[in-house]
Amino acid sequence: MTTKRRLLLPSASEALMAYKEHRLIFKNIDAPGYTRDLTCYQKHGGYEILKKGLAMGGPAIREEVKKSQLRGRGGAGFPTGTKWGFIDPAKVTKPIYLICNADESEPGTFKDRQIIYKDPHQLIEGMILSCFANGVKLAYLYIRCEFTEGWRILETALAEAKGAGFLGKNILNSGYDLEIHVHRGAGAYICGEETGLIESLEGKRAYPRIKPPYFPAVLGLYMCPTIVNNVETLCHVKHIIEMGGEAYAKIGRPNNTGTRLICVSGDVVRPGYYEFPCGALTLGELIQHVCGGIRNGNRLKAVIPGGSSAKVLKAGEVYKIKEAGVDGKLVEKEVKLEDLRLDFDTLAAAGSMAGSGGVIVMDHTRDMVECLANISTFYAHESCGQCTPCREGVLWLKKILSRIAEGHGRDDDPSLLKEVADRIAGRTICAFGEAASWPVQSFLGKFRDEFAQRIRRNGNAAKKDFVSLTH
Amino acid sequence: MSLPLHAGTENCVGPEKGEVTPAFEKQADELVSRYPVSKRSAVLPLLHLWQETFGYIGPRGVEWIARKLSLQEIQVLELVTFYPWFRQKPYGKFHFRVCRTLPCALGGAGKTFAALQKLMNLKEIGHGGTMVSEDGRFSLEYSECLASCGTAPVVLCNDAFHEKVDDNKAATLVAECK
Repeated sequence: MTTKRRLLLPSASEALMAYKEHRLIFKNIDAPGYTRDLTCYQKHGGYEILKKGLAMGGPAIREEVKKSQLRGRGGAGFPTGTKWGFIDPAKVTKPIYLICNADESEPGTFKDRQIIYKDPHQLIEGMILSCFANGVKLAYLYIRCEFTEGWRILETALAEAKGAGFLGKNILNSGYDLEIHVHRGAGAYICGEETGLIESLEGKRAYPRIKPPYFPAVLGLYMCPTIVNNVETLCHVKHIIEMGGEAYAKIGRPNNTGTRLICVSGDVVRPGYYEFPCGALTLGELIQHVCGGIRNGNRLKAVIPGGSSAKVLKAGEVYKIKEAGVDGKLVEKEVKLEDLRLDFDTLAAAGSMAGSGGVIVMDHTRDMVECLANISTFYAHESCGQCTPCREGVLWLKKILSRIAEGHGRDDDPSLLKEVADRIAGRTICAFGEAASWPVQSFLGKFRDEFAQRIRRNGNAAKKDFVSLTH
Repeated sequence: MSLPLHAGTENCVGPEKGEVTPAFEKQADELVSRYPVSKRSAVLPLLHLWQETFGYIGPRGVEWIARKLSLQEIQVLELVTFYPWFRQKPYGKFHFRVCRTLPCALGGAGKTFAALQKLMNLKEIGHGGTMVSEDGRFSLEYSECLASCGTAPVVLCNDAFHEKVDDNKAATLVAECK
């Protein structure tokens, strides 16, 4: 049986040998015989790190997280240590809350699903450690309700942890009390935005809050200091405490430390989820070697590197990126698309972002008008409707793109699209405005000809040679 | 993974009838107790509970939840109309959600949707609304990203999740809906 499997997948094993994953969070996920129950988790060393953390004390945990230079894995890449640093549990008189953002809904991202479904206790352990470090007594796990089985898995896991004394009153005789509850969302993407999430948790429409205050650390849930962290981020905390902040910071690259969960979807031979040190891999290596190249022997056309909100990158592009040379001085280098490192800073320098780690690959048969129309339909559906530029503008983006896709485009539509998009970005309460505008600005900027050509071929001819993606 | 193929189906059907049983009250109270600071936080959990028990959220549900949490009815209704997961009318016994977002679309979600629509004999109603079959057995709609882009296209049938749903798999799924 094993031999047969090997014969079937020779390239897969070869690729993994040459580009070996560094699995911290995915260490046990998909390992033969590994199950999601507490017994199995404890057999693999589960909740030992919690004991270590409780002995270390809160300030020491916070110090290690700061040293690790961990950056949030939800999309913005904000340093977790700094986020926690806004709150000093010793001085705050109000209750402090922690919310785990498990509302994974950025198109292209499916990493948190793996953790929740296959190793929920890892998340819970990371969460207890983070709560302990910040003096949190009540925490919520905000999970999207589309994870129809996921929330039940978490409820079960929380009950198991409580039964074993890892949650509840006087955890492991440390005198520390903590309750964690699962809270299900109801299908709104905007709940991924932390202040929208808090509003939703308060039982309201998920309208993001006006900033300042910029961070819920100042005013969060029930107007108390609140920490909102992504699922993957909280899991990293466990590993940071296990190995120590300094050792953790040696994985990856300076300012881009640790491992990163990367989700690949679209036109590649082996889509899936992988874990590599931040920046260890280039985009080309990921697509060609780890994912087995482009499907059906096609050529790469475009790639969205960090979830659908990230700006698209075009095959053949060359970027000017400043990197520290041997003497530590910044040197500007020309870097090809396939040589871009997959880390926060490089992708930002290339004009896009590492975002939530969702890489969407499109091959040369794909029509960019269709792709963009699909993306804009998503944002039109998900705009919460609070700010006028977004509520009206994103809907117009969708309508104009649909009309081009349906063969009724007008000559000035591309410039009209750009104008609308430019007037949304920067004029809304939350970053959704940018998230909706960036794809339009980047697709139009990089594939303008394709839009013009599609409009020239209006009518039935416009919808001929490719698979429609607008529905 | 371990859920039965069409888990939760029995709850998706029927008018908003049925008794509010003591067991239901107890479940509701347990949910409310999770939010010691503000009862209002329990609106979403109670809306989920109501929809799972009675099939959809009609005026009776809005009224009951509002009274339970000492809220205005509009404070409950505004959530029903805001969050896409909640519905104000019954769906079919087997409700299918097909992910339409980019990675699933690249993987052929459009074809899957068309196949399901044909198999369920559903007529287009325009504006992308939910289609419900005449006998109330099936309903079908597009959904936004279901967060499993690596196994596109994906489909939720009631609470059961299905990956890589091509035409053949769609046919099997529909055939098993009994």
